[in-house]
Amino acid sequence: MNWISNYVRPTINSLFSRREVPENLWTKCDECGTMLFHRELHDAQNVCTNCNHHMAITPRERFTAMFDGGIFTEVPVASPLADPLHFRDQKKYPDRMKAAQKKTAETDAMLVAEGEIFRTPIIAAAQDFSFMGGSMGMYVGNAIVAAATRAVELGRPLVLFSAAGGARMQEGILSLMQMPRTTVAVEMLREANLPYIVVLTHPTTGGVTASYAMLGDVQIAEPNALIGFAGARVIEQTIGEKLPEGFQRSEYLLEHGMLDRVTHRKDLKEELVTIIRMMMHLPPPIAGDLPAPAETPAEAPATPAQSAPKPKAEAKPKAAPKGKKK
Amino acid sequence: MTNYLDFEKPLADIEGKAEELRAMARANSEMDIEAEAKALDAKSAALLQELYSSLTPWRKCQVARHPARPHCLDYIDALFTEFTPLAGDRNFADDHAVIGGMARLNDQPVVVIGHEKGNDTASRLKRNFGMARPEGYRKAVRLMDLADRFKLPVVSLVDTAGAYPGIGAEERGQSEAIARSTQKCLQIGVPLVSVIIGEGGSGGAVAFASANRLIMLEHSIYSVISPEGCASILWKDSDKMREAAEALRLTAQDLKSLGVCDQIVAEPIGGAQRHQKDVIEAVGRAIARNLAEMKKHTPEDLRKQRREKFLSIGSKGLAA
Ligand SMILES: [Zn+2]
Repeated sequence: MNWISNYVRPTINSLFSRREVPENLWTKCDECGTMLFHRELHDAQNVCTNCNHHMAITPRERFTAMFDGGIFTEVPVASPLADPLHFRDQKKYPDRMKAAQKKTAETDAMLVAEGEIFRTPIIAAAQDFSFMGGSMGMYVGNAIVAAATRAVELGRPLVLFSAAGGARMQEGILSLMQMPRTTVAVEMLREANLPYIVVLTHPTTGGVTASYAMLGDVQIAEPNALIGFAGARVIEQTIGEKLPEGFQRSEYLLEHGMLDRVTHRKDLKEELVTIIRMMMHLPPPIAGDLPAPAETPAEAPATPAQSAPKPKAEAKPKAAPKGKKK
Repeated sequence: MTNYLDFEKPLADIEGKAEELRAMARANSEMDIEAEAKALDAKSAALLQELYSSLTPWRKCQVARHPARPHCLDYIDALFTEFTPLAGDRNFADDHAVIGGMARLNDQPVVVIGHEKGNDTASRLKRNFGMARPEGYRKAVRLMDLADRFKLPVVSLVDTAGAYPGIGAEERGQSEAIARSTQKCLQIGVPLVSVIIGEGGSGGAVAFASANRLIMLEHSIYSVISPEGCASILWKDSDKMREAAEALRLTAQDLKSLGVCDQIVAEPIGGAQRHQKDVIEAVGRAIARNLAEMKKHTPEDLRKQRREKFLSIGSKGLAA
């Protein structure tokens, strides 16, 4: 095995791929067939500029687009035991893992980061569908626990972007146990009175929807995302009927009272900030560039319910009413 | 015992032969078949012993799903007194796949919740084969809240192939209902003892089994997916369920090694389906003992204990 190609190159690739989007390549939209230049698609966060079809976006791309200035710090995630069941189907689990790591240049199916969105400090976690279908195994569980722990430590809200086909079968019962385990993480946020906002993205199904992805204080979904517990084929086989139009899609769930909002990817950042700042009793955000943060006066100590350390960059809005500090 | 599993076929042949001999002897008093029948009995006993002392994971799945195994209502009838079923989720319906109510276990009032599969065609249809809809999980949440407020320990009996996959179930938020039920298991300040009496199928089981203590019957299973489902996804061949059952490590014995299951209740040779009364009584003793051990624990202790238990799961794997 070549150490260089396995460990060094993926990291370097991921560094460059963020900056060097080739100008001369295009992708065809699955929905409307429009040819989209990579640059154009990248600028639109992988949403078709013709038909608004939301394509997959990696956690790293999403965070780069979402965090102010594209700057975020990864929150470390404890490494779980590798292959605790010695699982082997047609391939060995460690081989599947290595292939996924090589393909994505990521450790596993979730990335956790801290940073600011419109100068509002948050913790964000995003699931990576390109890594073994985003499947929830022990690493994803550890990532959510790490995200909640860090959020409680810093008094920040947690925003979680879900995307998964379900649990990781190769970890057997230990993947199933991530349902109660991640629920413990949600409970930690709840006890600390910190907002937990879930953004469901295409697709979010199985054990993931039946645990942390449905327990948000606010539930938002990207348009037309497939969201459900049971797979469409299983349902059709069980009931022997065709499924209704739009079944298990975001808009359908919204109509059935299962979501708070369906929001276009380009509007998500603003919406998250708006909601979070109200929940945290912060003044409304200011769009656009702010002056350097250095001269902000020291903040009064916050009460536990709003214990989020104020971002250093916090500036008083000029026009907005003074944010109630109580 | 008329329900033989496929791997019990040789046993069925021997027992059938013995039965035939005895029937012939009854018809003809001249015949002396006793010695021969006894020999067949001994042979079938030895075979049963052999089969059940080394059940493969797939055979355990079959035993766990055996229709003659004691089900939730059998346990409630035999172990609890004053059982008072409480119905409905106060929102949409009463789900008959989930039984719940107040009852006494050795005079101690408790709340009992469980999946009921039914034991004949009519009751199986009524119980939807033990596959709960969102209303079942919401009823459980309501009953766990009630238990918490009135300081009643909760006993849950898990026996389900999984939550029901249907249009209405999805529309009414199957995943949210399961998530809330799991969350409630982790929130209540009273002891929660869960017993997997047959099948612990995926999220539909987690919703009741996220307990302080998880007891499993010797031949019960608890799995992230059915072996058939796993085989069709990973092997692209649903006939590979034996391989999948092996790989998933879904037996009570493996789950105990992984720290998921706290205690195994032994089944006599031949399984719970051949020894209903003994198995039910053994489960009753195990529940009572676990509840007694937690009697003095404060609500905070109980919540903390559950939390730490689930956070630490995954710290040990299985030997190769
Ligand atoms: Zn398009």
